[in-house]
Amino acid sequence: MNMRVLTAVLALAVLISAVAVVHTRHRHRSLFVTLQALEQERDALDVRWGQLQLEESTWGSHNRIERVARKRLGLVAPRPEDMVVIRDE
Amino acid sequence: MSEPAGQFSRLRLGTVVALFGLAALVLAGRAFQLQVLQQDRLKREGDARAVRVVPLAAHRGRILDRHGQPLAISTPVDSVWANPAELMGARHRWPELARALGLKPAALARRVTARRGREFVYLRRQVTPAVARRVRALGLPGVGLLREYRRYYPAGEVAAHVLGFTDVDDRGQEGLELALEEILRARPGRKRVVRDRKGHVIKDVELIQAPRPGRDVILAMDRRLQYLAYRELKRAVLRHRARGGSAVILDARTGEVLAMANQPGFNPNDRSQIRPGRYRNRAVTDVFEPGSAIKPFTVAAALERRVVSPRTVIDTAPGLLRVGRNTVRDVRNYGAIDVATIIRKSSNVGAARIALATPPEAFWRVLDRAGFGQVTAVGFPGEAAGRLAHYRHWRGFERAALAFGYGTSVTALQLAQAYTVFANGGRLVPASLLRLESPPATRQVVSRRTAQRVLAMLEGVVSREGTAAKAAVPGYRVAGKTGTVKKAGAGGYAEDAYLAVFVGIAPVSDPRLVMVVTVDDPRGEAYYGGEVAAPVFRRVMQGALRLLEVPPDGVLPRSRLLARVEGGA
Repeated sequence: MNMRVLTAVLALAVLISAVAVVHTRHRHRSLFVTLQALEQERDALDVRWGQLQLEESTWGSHNRIERVARKRLGLVAPRPEDMVVIRDE
Repeated sequence: MSEPAGQFSRLRLGTVVALFGLAALVLAGRAFQLQVLQQDRLKREGDARAVRVVPLAAHRGRILDRHGQPLAISTPVDSVWANPAELMGARHRWPELARALGLKPAALARRVTARRGREFVYLRRQVTPAVARRVRALGLPGVGLLREYRRYYPAGEVAAHVLGFTDVDDRGQEGLELALEEILRARPGRKRVVRDRKGHVIKDVELIQAPRPGRDVILAMDRRLQYLAYRELKRAVLRHRARGGSAVILDARTGEVLAMANQPGFNPNDRSQIRPGRYRNRAVTDVFEPGSAIKPFTVAAALERRVVSPRTVIDTAPGLLRVGRNTVRDVRNYGAIDVATIIRKSSNVGAARIALATPPEAFWRVLDRAGFGQVTAVGFPGEAAGRLAHYRHWRGFERAALAFGYGTSVTALQLAQAYTVFANGGRLVPASLLRLESPPATRQVVSRRTAQRVLAMLEGVVSREGTAAKAAVPGYRVAGKTGTVKKAGAGGYAEDAYLAVFVGIAPVSDPRLVMVVTVDDPRGEAYYGGEVAAPVFRRVMQGALRLLEVPPDGVLPRSRLLARVEGGA
């Protein structure tokens, strides 16, 4: 009697464990697919970030800023005659 | 009827059971053979077909300026590789591949067939994202992309000499890229994966080694000042048809190298045009005789030993002085002048007389403590130490010649560092290419009083009566010293090859910047330090002092604008 109950319990446990294995496997697969997608996304973002950094420093290069400021915007550096120093002593 | 039937059926049943039993036994036996006896070998074979170790790329550390602006960045790119054994099977598609890669079909064919026995060959390294996409779209067997990193230098030629560059495998080759290799270097990781027949990764088995990206390095350099210094140096070198030049700006208080520019330059992003010699960081690797730029030290040593005072009058007539078999000459006869005027007019005779009156040991000690003849602490690859002979080996004329800067040699960086003595109350601040978090240890070279007296004399140099009137920065008090050095070559001094030097300190009331400008072999009309190098100092300082928001301490020209503050309560 005892034996039979034990067997039943064990059989049930085996069944549950078997289903759990299948379930875990499945989760592993789907999570792995997600992981790979995320890694690819990270790589793509990394590439993009590098390109943006370069782009930013190209646009922001002093060479270009100076050219735009002088040629296109017609700006000039203030001459000493144009400056007034306000001292607060 | 039932009897034979029953007998027959029992026989049949027996046979079937036996056959099934036998089959089961065979299956079990086979299973045992595969699962137990041959398990090791089969697993190995299976893994060999599916399990691969793949590299995990890690990027090299960035080099940033003191405000975090990038000076060197590694960005991911793809390299195209192939397994020749597999690619040999798809010969008919080679022309397509060659087109996508931008290679000649013949060159591609040579490359692949030459390595047909191997499993790996690079077809083209570090291609643009567009090329990588085209290659991937072809879907050829045995062709793959490998993630690598390529180094970019956003500042281009402006900071090229200091930064140096890396090779195609992202290892430092020159400059700071080489000096800081240990910090910048990335350690790629490796992981074991299971791949399916088409090469897709279907499972991560284990991480053998985690990738470790390189650490970022923050330099002392200020990109804005670097650009200014480079632009003005380049302009001067072109204008005076010079062979080259250097400019170094130090923070007078911390010794941080805010800018270090050289000419001729090169573009670090396109190394196909690099010629050896162009990428030398002259400010650190090339030595020159400092000439008159050494005179402040000559005077400082004499002041320190109370051999002279700033008002001591020394007779320099008739503009030449015989020392042993040699003669020291001045540009013209200045007559009897005081020490401050010797500095202001840059009299060689006066300087020689002062040096000959100073104990050699005292003179040598000042130069030695100011770092002459010693490599600086910046740790730049190929840095030159310069030369300073020990005073026990000095002969008569050597002592006199040293007084106006011949017989010793320095780098531009050493000279800038030495001048921090006058900018800092007699204390030498060691130069640093990296941004400092705390003030460095300094060393007293001469007394505060001596340093201030010399600084006052140097202010006289940048006056209408001095040799460096063109170094004056409107609104600021500036001190400095010019040098015009005959270049030593094989077989003595050249007659018409000079090096123009200017060393400046600004602002005088509370020195913030020390700058050295050298222009090598100006072949135009002008060749004096005050004509060629001093204007570079003025133009750079004008911008630099404004950028650093240093309040003007001098007199501004009468302004046309009038600011009025309406009186409050």
